[in-house]
Amino acid sequence: MSIPLPEYIPALIVAVPLLGAFLTPLISRINDKLRNIFVILVLGLNSFLVSILAYNIFTKSAQEPYIMKYVFGGSQNIDFSLPVVRILFEVDAMSIFMAIIASILVFVTVIYSWAFMKENTGLDKYYTLLLLLTAGMLGMMLTGDMFNFFVFLEITSISSAALVAFWTHKGESVEAGFKYILISTIGALFVLFAVAILYGQYDALNIAVLSNAIQYTFLDKIALVLLIVALAMKAGMVPMHMWLPDSYSRAPATVTIALVGATLASLYGVLRVIFTLYGNVLSIPAKFGIPVNVLIGWLVIPLAVLSIIVGVMMALRQTDFKRLIAFAAVAEIGYMFLAIGTGLAAMGTEYGRIALEGGIFHIINDALDVGLLFLVAGAIYYATKEWSLNEMGGLARNMKYTTIFFVIGLLAVAGMPPFNGFASKLIIYESTFQLNPILAIVAILCSILLLATFVKVFQSAFMGPKLPKFKDVKEVPRSMLFAMGILACSIIFFGLFPNLILENIVRPAADALLSNAQYITTVLGGA
Amino acid sequence: MIYNIPYIAVVCLILIGLYALVFKRNLIKMIIGITLIESGVNLFLITLGYRKGSIAPIYTSKPEGISIMSLPVPQALTLTSIVIGVAVLALMLSLVIHIYRHYGTLDVRKIGRLKE
Repeated sequence: MSIPLPEYIPALIVAVPLLGAFLTPLISRINDKLRNIFVILVLGLNSFLVSILAYNIFTKSAQEPYIMKYVFGGSQNIDFSLPVVRILFEVDAMSIFMAIIASILVFVTVIYSWAFMKENTGLDKYYTLLLLLTAGMLGMMLTGDMFNFFVFLEITSISSAALVAFWTHKGESVEAGFKYILISTIGALFVLFAVAILYGQYDALNIAVLSNAIQYTFLDKIALVLLIVALAMKAGMVPMHMWLPDSYSRAPATVTIALVGATLASLYGVLRVIFTLYGNVLSIPAKFGIPVNVLIGWLVIPLAVLSIIVGVMMALRQTDFKRLIAFAAVAEIGYMFLAIGTGLAAMGTEYGRIALEGGIFHIINDALDVGLLFLVAGAIYYATKEWSLNEMGGLARNMKYTTIFFVIGLLAVAGMPPFNGFASKLIIYESTFQLNPILAIVAILCSILLLATFVKVFQSAFMGPKLPKFKDVKEVPRSMLFAMGILACSIIFFGLFPNLILENIVRPAADALLSNAQYITTVLGGA
Repeated sequence: MIYNIPYIAVVCLILIGLYALVFKRNLIKMIIGITLIESGVNLFLITLGYRKGSIAPIYTSKPEGISIMSLPVPQALTLTSIVIGVAVLALMLSLVIHIYRHYGTLDVRKIGRLKE
């Protein structure tokens, strides 16, 4: 059963936060509290829109992949086989899956910000940027047009760089913000260059039209490499990860968790480019009779393994709490890419499909786990004004709930049952083992090391004798606990009922990625 | 050959920009590198839409006898890209101002306090 929905819902999902962003400074002039309520209402409305659209799409794609199309500027049917220029939103199960993640993360961010950012000035700008970031992320996920993707990518980069540098009184924050905008701009410019190459050849910007026409010429190869490298850089894959620990650790904790969403939006871009844009040419033989999918898959896998190893090793020797989590996030990105690479290299086989499902499932799990850990780090900073693990100790005595949330996040990120990280990592281990056992062994070993890292953190921050300087430390305010509670509850829920999520949400998303032909006919078929 | 000159210019601009980004240690020079890459990409877009002997794509003021118009889409894309570029440039320069206030230098090596 599905609810009849007006077709302009996808446009509203981007328009609501955009409008909210520019209303926020106005409302901020009346009252600060009113502004906070307004922002929460806007994002609540947005999450509501995302969830009804998601419900609709997931129920309809239970039988076959369903794609919702919205054409801007006229509802008339357009013959897309001619060179027409129209911006359009194409929402399939994968896009809406990512949109759910983004809305959860941003919603948690605003609730957490209520108390966490209270002491700061200039909060009207903060909320405006946050809403712009939301609009950009959601736009990246829903759009069906390459140039439009670039525009939203830039909106996301600009607003997140400004947010990273929000604490301008700290030199390090500004530096991290500068690094982020530099990297993002280079990435975005190369995306634009690739889009221009594709436009020059096929006279189209629409993803479906391009995907239908693509030939895998020499120029297409250049465009593919540019797109994958630029977007993987923005997703924080080793060896292009150097910006990620700086930006993640120097930004306010609330911004970091929104940044996780922006990073995952770039990951979505990689998936969309490989599976949909180049979906038609994936099985043709490239060099030495090796099909393109195997080639790309085996290019991605070593980098993914490297990401896991580098992320975990660097996390082990950090003493800065947030930097440590940031390197763990690099490792988690590696797990996703490992699963995606396996899915690509073994495309067409059963375990390749399962690997892809595991990778997609891991996206939402990573967002929740890493998000929760960053929020815990933020809570500790809020209570003690301390980032360094060497200075902390005995905090479990003062901050009961935060400790519980940290343990949940720790076990989830290290892939221990019964939390959600276990569910997706087990799928990844099983499927990569069938491709090559060494991959699975490395993945499991690094997961154990990750557990060791976080146990070390747990020991040094929460255990131990009560430190005299933390005598007056109190539990964090209720809004922060509530925000962490939302994430912790979802982690436990996802961990206890992984099949529910896997069958209803993740599988349609994986199907949507693999059924490239459906994506093309939805646009070209004129229906 | 003569029609390929814009493309050669595109490649040169992007390479010079990348050179500035990789080898220059001054933040302002790195930003100049970014703008050079951006100009290269914009030039590439504009060149894609150009046809020999074409006129501006305005239908109402089309002179008699000329039927070739340059493509309007890349021009629209370039305009959008320029506007975005200005926003990025403004943000980067304002961050550089803040960095200069904090560290009193624009040299990347001297700023390098963000160590592993």
